Amino acid sequence: MSILIDKNTRIIVQGLTGKTGTFHTEQALAYHGTQMVAGTHPKKGGTDWTGANGETLPIYASVAEAKDATGATASVIYVPPAGAAAAIEEAIDAGIELITCITEGVPVQDMVRVKEKLDASSSRLIGPNCPGLMTPDECKIGIMPGAIFKKGSVGVLSRSGTLTYEAVYQTTQAGLGQSSAVGIGGDPVKGTEFIDILELFLADPETQSIIMIGEIGGSAEEDATQFLKDEAKKGRSKPTVGFIAGRTAPPGRTMGHAGAVISGGKGGAEDKIEAMRSAGIQVSPSPAKLGETLVELLGRAS
Amino acid sequence: MNIHEHQAKEVLKGFGALVAEGVVVTDPDKAEAAIGALPGPVWVVKSQIHAGGRGKGRFKELGDDAKGGVRVSFSAEEALSNVREMLGKTLVTKQTGPAGKQVNRLYVEAGADIDRELYLSILVDRETGRTSFVASTEGGMDIETVAEETPDRIHTIAVAPSAGCTPADAEKIADALQLTDAARTQGIELFQALYEAFVSKDMSLLEINPLIVTKSNDVQVLDAKVSFDGNALFRHPDIVEYRDETEEDAKEIEASKHDLAYIALDGEIGCMVNGAGLAMATMDIIKLYGAEPANFLDVGGGATKEKVTEAFKIITSDPNVKGILVNIFGGIMRCDVIAEGVIAAVKEVGLQVPLVVRLEGTKVKEGKAIINESDLNVIAADDLDDAAQKIVNAVRG
Repeated sequence: MSILIDKNTRIIVQGLTGKTGTFHTEQALAYHGTQMVAGTHPKKGGTDWTGANGETLPIYASVAEAKDATGATASVIYVPPAGAAAAIEEAIDAGIELITCITEGVPVQDMVRVKEKLDASSSRLIGPNCPGLMTPDECKIGIMPGAIFKKGSVGVLSRSGTLTYEAVYQTTQAGLGQSSAVGIGGDPVKGTEFIDILELFLADPETQSIIMIGEIGGSAEEDATQFLKDEAKKGRSKPTVGFIAGRTAPPGRTMGHAGAVISGGKGGAEDKIEAMRSAGIQVSPSPAKLGETLVELLGRAS
Repeated sequence: MNIHEHQAKEVLKGFGALVAEGVVVTDPDKAEAAIGALPGPVWVVKSQIHAGGRGKGRFKELGDDAKGGVRVSFSAEEALSNVREMLGKTLVTKQTGPAGKQVNRLYVEAGADIDRELYLSILVDRETGRTSFVASTEGGMDIETVAEETPDRIHTIAVAPSAGCTPADAEKIADALQLTDAARTQGIELFQALYEAFVSKDMSLLEINPLIVTKSNDVQVLDAKVSFDGNALFRHPDIVEYRDETEEDAKEIEASKHDLAYIALDGEIGCMVNGAGLAMATMDIIKLYGAEPANFLDVGGGATKEKVTEAFKIITSDPNVKGILVNIFGGIMRCDVIAEGVIAAVKEVGLQVPLVVRLEGTKVKEGKAIINESDLNVIAADDLDDAAQKIVNAVRG
């Protein structure tokens, strides 16, 4: 078991013909044969895409067409910011179940419009501005480096790409490995929040512990900790390590991620750390000690 | 991207908002006629800087007894003498930090006959994912204070994107602001116009504090603060024209030209990191070990050797930097590329301070080999923890 994706997941690439789409599709195909099954391009339908190692995938003119032809249930989006919202909307209209948008720099108003449409649909969107998601040895959607993963028991979720890699790497080093890892993205308005993924990790029997990495801005971490508290009362809980990036970030400045900003006195790191602690999450003092903190926590629990 | 108050008012006027007449002044010798042409009987002289708290701010050069950054004048002559006193001086407000900001332009506006001061803003509410109005009868003061002391006086009205700001939404805002008669009719029109401005220009914040009701029961935009979504500027060349680079840090402008996310801070350890979250976490770990970061710098996922070199130049141009920490977790970014970039940069700009490099991930062996084989005085680190301790110790000497 894993969450959201496994070796049977069939994926369409929106924006396959570009440089970024091409590179990451080659990487995904090379990762335990992730089932990248088609690409889309409005003007190149009917042609084939060829990767650096001679791999080929059919290109369709639309997501709907690609879905009909391949039976794909997931798509990944590598189109530039100006066209990213339209690409997500096209995937929603085509009834794609899991849409992952890697693109960074999508205008917020575009995402406000997309979110309304998404809420009225049965699709799930991961991102935008995210590294994607992985189930070790089975499926790689997005841009995470496959080599640092190891099949195992830790569910990793994060608003930050490279901090996801830190958590993955450290849990691999510690011998624990990962069930799945999900980067939900650094934008203020996004498809999937911490709560959605925590629910899946709590329900997944293979996930025995969780590392959750938040950052300054917004209140998604506070919402998530409230959710964990409520679930714990119902008897559902798993050992969880947390980390919040941005304790030293100055208020009012956007720290790289569009969503990483303390505004109006809200979204500061200390409040989030306190919320995590109050929900029984073991907060790691340092981003270098995520794995170590989890190993200690599990040692105490057993 | 932030713009000045007078620019914000110009944008809002274009959408039909009622704002007072005013003139921008950068040269007092050319301002007399324009100021005299304003109707009076009150002239308000306002410092134009990208920071709030101007009214309570103080000019460094004038001492604490002088008046603040927004001055009410009762004749054109008094307005002009205020202009001469304020222009070119350094205004310190609670948002500028102790260094303050030089006032290079003023906005002189016809004063209004105020009956009530209200608060109105539009923003994207992250929790609902919707564009929302925040309205309060407690205008003219810091909204954070209102939120803390009298949260029941703050009303949030979310707008459905497909419907836009409907007359029913606008009525709710008018209720929240307790508008009646003519002011209510004007308000309802104004709120819809402001929503249109916010969405069509991709604003990230539109704050009117205060929105006033005059003694003749008209509503008027008295102050306006607008910032725009940097990710949407590509579709608003007219807004980009408003950018005032004198309001920004020179190093930040240089960084943005090279597509580097850089924010100048006050500490002594320069950082170069890939990924925004890891860049923040690197700042945090420096602080954890007792030093302060000099900057936030995310070189991004697809950094080239040239980009790394530019990043290095920007970091070393900060005279406060007493040590540099390079922290790269190569996913897509290859460690050998980073290592080559660092070596090239050091050769080009020289290295006067200790440099600690931590590399992990893709091509880490090749990257470490490049660093080790160079004859440069670079301290290699095994992991992030080790790296942070090494740079903090090196800086302390």
